[in-house]
Amino acid sequence: MNAPVMSASALARHYEIGAGMFRKPQTLRAVQRVDFSLYAGRTLAVVGESGCGKSTLARMVTMIEEPTAGELTLDGKPVVKSAWPELRTDVQIVFQDPYGSLNPRQRIGTILMEPLVINRPDMSAAERETKAREMIGLVGLRPEHFDRYPHMFSGGQRQRIAIARALMLDPKVLVLDEPVSALDVSIQSAVLNLLVDIQERMNLAYLFISHDLSVVRHVCDDIIVMYLGQAVETGPKEAVFAAPRHPYTKALLSATPRAEPGANKERIKLTGELPSPLANLPGCPFAPRCWKVQELCRAERPSLSGEDHAAACHFPLDDEDHAQT
Amino acid sequence: MTDATAPDETARPGRLREFWFYFRENRGAVFGLWIFVGFVICAALGPWLAPYDPTEQFREFALLPPAWQEGGDWAFPLGTDPLGRDMLSRLIEGARYSFFVGVIVVTVAASGGILIGMVAGFAPQWLDSVIMRIMDVILAFPSLLLALVLVAILGPSLTNAMIAIAIVLQPHYVRLTRASVLAEKQKDYVTSARVAGAGLLRLMFVTVLPNCLAPIIVQGALSFSTAILDAAALGFLGMGAQPPTPEWGTMLAEAREFILRAWWVVTFPGLAILITVLAINLMGDGLRDALDPKLKRS
Repeated sequence: MNAPVMSASALARHYEIGAGMFRKPQTLRAVQRVDFSLYAGRTLAVVGESGCGKSTLARMVTMIEEPTAGELTLDGKPVVKSAWPELRTDVQIVFQDPYGSLNPRQRIGTILMEPLVINRPDMSAAERETKAREMIGLVGLRPEHFDRYPHMFSGGQRQRIAIARALMLDPKVLVLDEPVSALDVSIQSAVLNLLVDIQERMNLAYLFISHDLSVVRHVCDDIIVMYLGQAVETGPKEAVFAAPRHPYTKALLSATPRAEPGANKERIKLTGELPSPLANLPGCPFAPRCWKVQELCRAERPSLSGEDHAAACHFPLDDEDHAQT
Repeated sequence: MTDATAPDETARPGRLREFWFYFRENRGAVFGLWIFVGFVICAALGPWLAPYDPTEQFREFALLPPAWQEGGDWAFPLGTDPLGRDMLSRLIEGARYSFFVGVIVVTVAASGGILIGMVAGFAPQWLDSVIMRIMDVILAFPSLLLALVLVAILGPSLTNAMIAIAIVLQPHYVRLTRASVLAEKQKDYVTSARVAGAGLLRLMFVTVLPNCLAPIIVQGALSFSTAILDAAALGFLGMGAQPPTPEWGTMLAEAREFILRAWWVVTFPGLAILITVLAINLMGDGLRDALDPKLKRS
């Protein structure tokens, strides 16, 4: 495989909160030590429940927030704050909510051309318009949509516009922050197929953030499962779906509805609450909810281990466990 | 009016036409608009419309009642004031002063207020706090009292009254702009513009400001009438336009002592203020409805 477009090592983002005049600020560890690599033409999915740091990760990758620690490189160049203005055009983002991500006061044409106006000042207005009109066709909208306002579109169409805008600068990496979770199921597949299409055509690297595993199964190549700011399992899609090694992944997978009537499937119900991200537990963060928990789990934090398909668990699941269920 | 860039079959009505289409739906607003247009015409063409010079005194016709009343004369349709000046001419000429006050005050207060509010919304916490506390101090005074104090310092004249009213009205714009900016700043499209590389100025004035305009325009229309009222009040108290300027508030003040003997000298300037203010408020309401893209249908 060729060199990654973007790679991150030990990326972390901490927030200091609750600082008062006489109070010490507490540290909220939104993302801690996450590694990943993105390759052109491939999709990396980040899955996990709400509050596990997926969106914070997206904000760091798109240079909205600065990582507290760790390194991020884009095309071999380090992504530091001083280099943001040049690197920014290579990473674009599509947001979850298509109703909030388009400026309601601008026509679609203006929305699409804005990135060009900002970043390619030498481009003529006619060229910009040609490019914007091409892009409208590429994402499956009609030419007459060019002069309309965002409120005249449905959620799916808006998401197409958001995708078109993200593509205007010919980025190398596209971050998709739950791009279909706000859409109707019938529209979801159309938008997903569009994304897959565009990836093939433009050879993009996708960072696909989602909590919907059936969507992830459809589009991604590799997976990172996050739990409370940490990656608990990483690996190729087939391996992770076929034989999850971390109990949390297994629980997540068991919660995905599948279109197989009669499939004998046992739903793993997790008990207990997600620990507060403010508490820095010595042990495994999943220990309070895990059904295989042992003394070691509460005392020592497991690190990500394994070659291709890695899991952060002291007692990873093996074939025997999968045979039981 | 069609959009020149759009290809033939997709041509859309121009902005002005679209605006008019939505504005027309609000009857009260259209009514207000017509009165406002009349008011503007009076202001613009006052010297040509008015039958007499507003300061010319017809001593033999002092305190003449309106033409339809007994003793009235059609030469002075709305009667004359104690010095024999024609009421109609003075009212028409007064529109000019009121309009002038409204336009200048709203322009100064709104542009200053929007600018300061924008800065407060985007500034770091400490600067935001400093700006907002200063605005709170101004808001803490009763507005007319503060205007009076300012005029007392600057000296009574129409210009100084306008400056005072503009300063008094400014904090409302600051608060309104800052609140809208803070609400809009959270939204994804602002983040999206930032990811696309928009600088701070572009973010402030191209991305965020147009989305904050609807409440500001309504505030602008309403404070247009507040400005006219305040200028009239200052005039009434002798701190605004000075006689013999035919400013409506000043006219009221001059005619105060005749209120029981000659009802028309106080009623007509009062009615002029009332109708103008009401019309502008109605229009402001319609303006908001027409300018908000969320209320439009495709």
